[in-house]
Amino acid sequence: MDEAGVPSDRQQGSKSSRGRGNYKPKGRLTDPAALAEIKALLGAEAPRRDLLIEYLHRIQDNHHHLSTRHLAALATWMGLSMAEVWEVASFYDHFDLVREGEDAPASCTIRVCTSLSCMMAGGEDLLAQLQPYASDRVRFVAAPCIGACDKAPAAAIGHQLVAPADLHGLTGIDSAPHPAAPSGAIRLDTYMAAGGYTILRELLAGTRSRDDVLAIMDEAALRGLGGAGFPTGRKWRIVSDQPGPRMMAVNGDEGEPGTFKDRHYLSTDPHRMIEGILIAAHVVGIDRCFIYMRDEYPEIIALLHAELEAVQAAGLAGHVALELRRGAGAYICGEESAMIESIEGRRGLPRHRPPYVAEMGIFGRPTLVNNIETLHWVRDIVENGADWFNAQGKDGHPGPRSYSVSGRVARPGVVLAPAGSTVNELIALCGGMAEGHSFKGYLPGGASGGILPSNKGDIALDFGGELAKEGCFVGSHAVVVLSDRDNMWDAALNLMKFFAHESCGQCTPCRNGTEKAVAMMGNTTPDTALLGELAVTMADASICGLGQAASNPLVSVMKHFPEDVGGRGQEGPDLGDGDHE
Amino acid sequence: MLAAEGRKAQIWGTAIMSDHDNGSGSQAGVTFTLDGQSVTARDGETIWQAAARHGTDIPHLCYKDSDGYRADGNCRACMVEIEGERVLAASCIRMPTEGMVVTSDNHRARTARKMVMELLVADQPYRDSAHDPDSELWRYAEAQGVETARFPAKPTVEPDSSHPAIAVNMDACIQCNLCVRACREVQVNDVIGLAGRGAEAKIVFDFDDEMGASTCVGCGECVQACPTGALMPKTLLDADQMLAITPDRQVDSVCPYCGVGCQLTFSVKDERIVAVSGRQGPANQGRLCVKGRYGFDYIHNPERLTRPLIRRDDVPKSASMPFDPANPMTHFREASWDEALDLAATRLAAVRDEHGPAAMAGFGSAKGTNEEAYLVQKLVRTGFRTNNVDHCTRLCHASSVAALLENIGSGAVTASFAECRNAEAIIVIGANPTVNHPVAATFIKNAAQRGARLYVLDPRGQHLDRYATASLRFSPGSDVAMLNAMINVIITEGLYDAAYVAAHTEGFEELKARTAHTTPEAMAPICGIDAETLREVARGYAGANSAMIFWGMGISQHTHGTDNSRCLISLALLTGNVGRAGTGLHPLRGQNNVQGASDAGLIPMFFPDYKSVTDDETRRRYAELWGAELDPERGLTVVEITDAAYHGDIRAMYIMGENPAMSDPDQAHARAALANLDILVVQDIFMTETAAFADVILPASAFPEKDGTVTNTDRRVQMGRAAVAPPGEARQDWWIIQQLARRMGLDWDYTHPRDVFGG
Repeated sequence: MDEAGVPSDRQQGSKSSRGRGNYKPKGRLTDPAALAEIKALLGAEAPRRDLLIEYLHRIQDNHHHLSTRHLAALATWMGLSMAEVWEVASFYDHFDLVREGEDAPASCTIRVCTSLSCMMAGGEDLLAQLQPYASDRVRFVAAPCIGACDKAPAAAIGHQLVAPADLHGLTGIDSAPHPAAPSGAIRLDTYMAAGGYTILRELLAGTRSRDDVLAIMDEAALRGLGGAGFPTGRKWRIVSDQPGPRMMAVNGDEGEPGTFKDRHYLSTDPHRMIEGILIAAHVVGIDRCFIYMRDEYPEIIALLHAELEAVQAAGLAGHVALELRRGAGAYICGEESAMIESIEGRRGLPRHRPPYVAEMGIFGRPTLVNNIETLHWVRDIVENGADWFNAQGKDGHPGPRSYSVSGRVARPGVVLAPAGSTVNELIALCGGMAEGHSFKGYLPGGASGGILPSNKGDIALDFGGELAKEGCFVGSHAVVVLSDRDNMWDAALNLMKFFAHESCGQCTPCRNGTEKAVAMMGNTTPDTALLGELAVTMADASICGLGQAASNPLVSVMKHFPEDVGGRGQEGPDLGDGDHE
Repeated sequence: MLAAEGRKAQIWGTAIMSDHDNGSGSQAGVTFTLDGQSVTARDGETIWQAAARHGTDIPHLCYKDSDGYRADGNCRACMVEIEGERVLAASCIRMPTEGMVVTSDNHRARTARKMVMELLVADQPYRDSAHDPDSELWRYAEAQGVETARFPAKPTVEPDSSHPAIAVNMDACIQCNLCVRACREVQVNDVIGLAGRGAEAKIVFDFDDEMGASTCVGCGECVQACPTGALMPKTLLDADQMLAITPDRQVDSVCPYCGVGCQLTFSVKDERIVAVSGRQGPANQGRLCVKGRYGFDYIHNPERLTRPLIRRDDVPKSASMPFDPANPMTHFREASWDEALDLAATRLAAVRDEHGPAAMAGFGSAKGTNEEAYLVQKLVRTGFRTNNVDHCTRLCHASSVAALLENIGSGAVTASFAECRNAEAIIVIGANPTVNHPVAATFIKNAAQRGARLYVLDPRGQHLDRYATASLRFSPGSDVAMLNAMINVIITEGLYDAAYVAAHTEGFEELKARTAHTTPEAMAPICGIDAETLREVARGYAGANSAMIFWGMGISQHTHGTDNSRCLISLALLTGNVGRAGTGLHPLRGQNNVQGASDAGLIPMFFPDYKSVTDDETRRRYAELWGAELDPERGLTVVEITDAAYHGDIRAMYIMGENPAMSDPDQAHARAALANLDILVVQDIFMTETAAFADVILPASAFPEKDGTVTNTDRRVQMGRAAVAPPGEARQDWWIIQQLARRMGLDWDYTHPRDVFGG
């Protein structure tokens, strides 16, 4: 392309001086020393493409960041292109990519949650107050919801939870603790002593039939408690009717702001979920099961490692290959097809439907995806029967539900209540409103379920129904209660920022829509008409539920809280509950 | 060695079958309603494709309606409403089902599509300062009435000008990832990725490096795919990264570089080629490599020969003379065409008449057209009256051709390279196609990505290794040992296709006996590959329902190159891997017309179509056709001619488009031979090392300056068309050859290459 590229010094017998003799491969080369380090770290086994994220974790765990020299070596070792490694590593929040010549981040990272419940509890202020304590050994960063909304504001040293967090508890630290399993959890022997794994043993021994379990599950009103609410029995039937080999993914990527029920059940009684997995695997005919846990729950990952090993040692898991995987900081991986992409070692981009994951999921095989809590109830249901389970709900709302209640209530926490409970009932179960707060509005279903005013506090919180008529949904049953001291626009902006941060970036309406919405909502006199138009397209044209629901809080606030539009901006009174100096 | 009987029809059957195997599928289809009309989608068609076929152009950006490009459904510019569904659907990726009711033209769908365009336009440079104001993005935006956006814009991104050929302006990027698919799934060069998340999602090269510092091989597939102008040929942009050149015309032609034979389109502005794009040719399916796409500037190089030159009387020839090709007037003087042609013809004829035809020789070119190759050999055979005519094939695949002619009766491939899409196993041996046949390599990589077992057998590592099931870096020169070990495994383990061997081959028992001792264990120390790996690869190849073998110079450029090729042919015949979909033998031919040049008779032992010069009946027919007496002896080859010139037996040579002073083995010897000639006439486009020894230099035309056909490695005959005129007084090659012929007394009367092709 170079017009002047005429070699003027060419002599007979020798070609152009350029292009020959000084051949140099294009692009970055693999440093043999880095390759040796990678091989030493990742072990002797042949590389597996689907373990890319796990390999990245191990490098980050060891070196506190991912250097380009290690990433190039990893690409070489795995036979991947550099671009494939980079695009995966750069997708997940928990990886720190460091290019040649850049400084590595501090080896200790302290994350402060700034999602809604924690923001209301002063998380943002806490983070600002911590910044002066940053050093070359410790840094303080904002984090999206880490699933401890009942103990807001939450923080994590490394990924080890500190909640509620305060300035004192987060300063003077320069290394993250090694994650340890939660002390109060019911371990295998205790669980078995109380009758645990009896049903599984019956199934494995053939004294109880698969059909028997399927029949019970058909009758039980158990629905997908990750938020989609699909009837679990029907899903088991659909997948078991697909040709083998069949896969299973357990969705432990509990990331919906306001949701912490899965963490609660796993850290107290993990074997109910494990037995649920093993029953489902036997009944549905699963060959391989991947348990995908969010990286924010390291103590649970430690617990599950120990307990899964114990279960295998006890001979209870011979019928299915179990693999525990950790996420790496990406809310979107709670979306089942994005989770499957992540399990396969790729960026967490939701897939198009059809095909549905029940037909074509992990490695292109039919895949059963169940949420943690959904599996938690399986043993109880089979033991006690569908009628027992269904009877625990309200009229027309069968079954119990675990509501994660946070925000301005006196005693936030997981509330096990009948399906169809109302927010007014939940507030009462949580000891009423927090002192000095009066009920103004609430999120019925986490960040994406919309926002309703207090005068709609008697709506049954269940899948579909009256809530759907309001344009809202119950999702993962994360109920965040807001008060007269909260500005709803600011809440909606916090949620929109969350979605903008967590959008996978695949489709235009969500990638650009959330970014534009955040920019416009930051304006004290936002163009609500244009925001309304944008919201419609985001809902209509986004690929997955994130983009489709991201505008729900915005639309709710414009509809129900017009007086709050524009927010408090910079001048608003600081009403957080955190520590203030 | 194993040879096929009654083979020709069957072997050719493959190529024909593969060309028509485009998966048009059954006629059943799916009937659905589109905007109130009942339409039928063909099997495998998406809503968008069915709509397009019925005349509805739904806007689309991230979908490229082209072979090899998977729909991704991410831009959401093509949303339609499907009755009964909660949200809209991307028509590019959605398959219609029977009875589905699809609406593309209602308010809801139009509003969503328009809002998507507005969201994208919001972050673009304004159209009047766009890199490509006529990009697909802007055309679809305009069609929907979106000229500006009401949304705040993101911060802009600085241009990346690091690449020599490609301008990177990510401020126009819409993250549609077509370039990622182009790089990863179509060309499989694996340089581009989509990194980051959300609004931070961005196109990256390697580790977010500058494109020029990345492993980019410059194939430009991404540029061709980009719908926004974020990736553009640098040649078309001005210093402000804005489109500065709009071509005057476009000319469809074929690539002048290698034997892959990519069809392309030259864009011409002010009589200069300014850009090249890939065309949907049967060999390349729109793909090009860096050479074909960006290597067109050579024709405008100021060192092009533009006037005939005659050697100065005061400059004698010597093998080691100093000569600066940029300053040729130290050795030559300019002349008119008449003077130069007369001098050339007179002196060539003088040598012929004085020393006899055996003192004459001609080299044609594998880079010219079929018509030129035909004319050169006809000139040498009828004008020089000798069969001393050859070209560079002698130094590359002549050994492969010899083995193929001997064993299967046809001196060419048995299947197109793209047939590997149907192969279960692929062997690549002695070839580095990602470098030498980049576009053919893309199809091999596509096959490996699809799941074909790829075995790369080469002493050196190469890019294909990344996609290989196994890479065998065997000891140089031990091909026969290694391949015979595989043959041994296939026979002793009973992996051969006994029915095929019995029905179509001869010599099996002899082969079996000869390879009885070449066990993997015995051969391992010779070839440096352990016995188990040899067994594994032999089983992998023989166990496939369909398998192909590709080879290159690593097989043929040997003292035992023909034996190497024979082993490969035996492997294929033993296992019945010829004559069916996904099977075949494919020597990857080097130059763009090396196959055609041989086919046209530019070799000393054959007339056109491989008819032996020593066969009396054949010779009689050609003599009658050409109206001349023909040399009954087989002629000398390239190497023999050089030797003969060195020894003074060859005294006159005409060299068209070859450069033996550079490409012959033993350069000093070759140059001494050239210096030793009484008369050397060189016809070329540059002052080559060979031309430095010429008495007369005839300025010729580069490929984009002429019409004519070339035959690719698949043996597809494809049409090249002149895009621009030759520079200065340079002339079309067919005209020059005819002028020489006429001045040597032949009554040729061609008016255009079409007369040569048709005649």
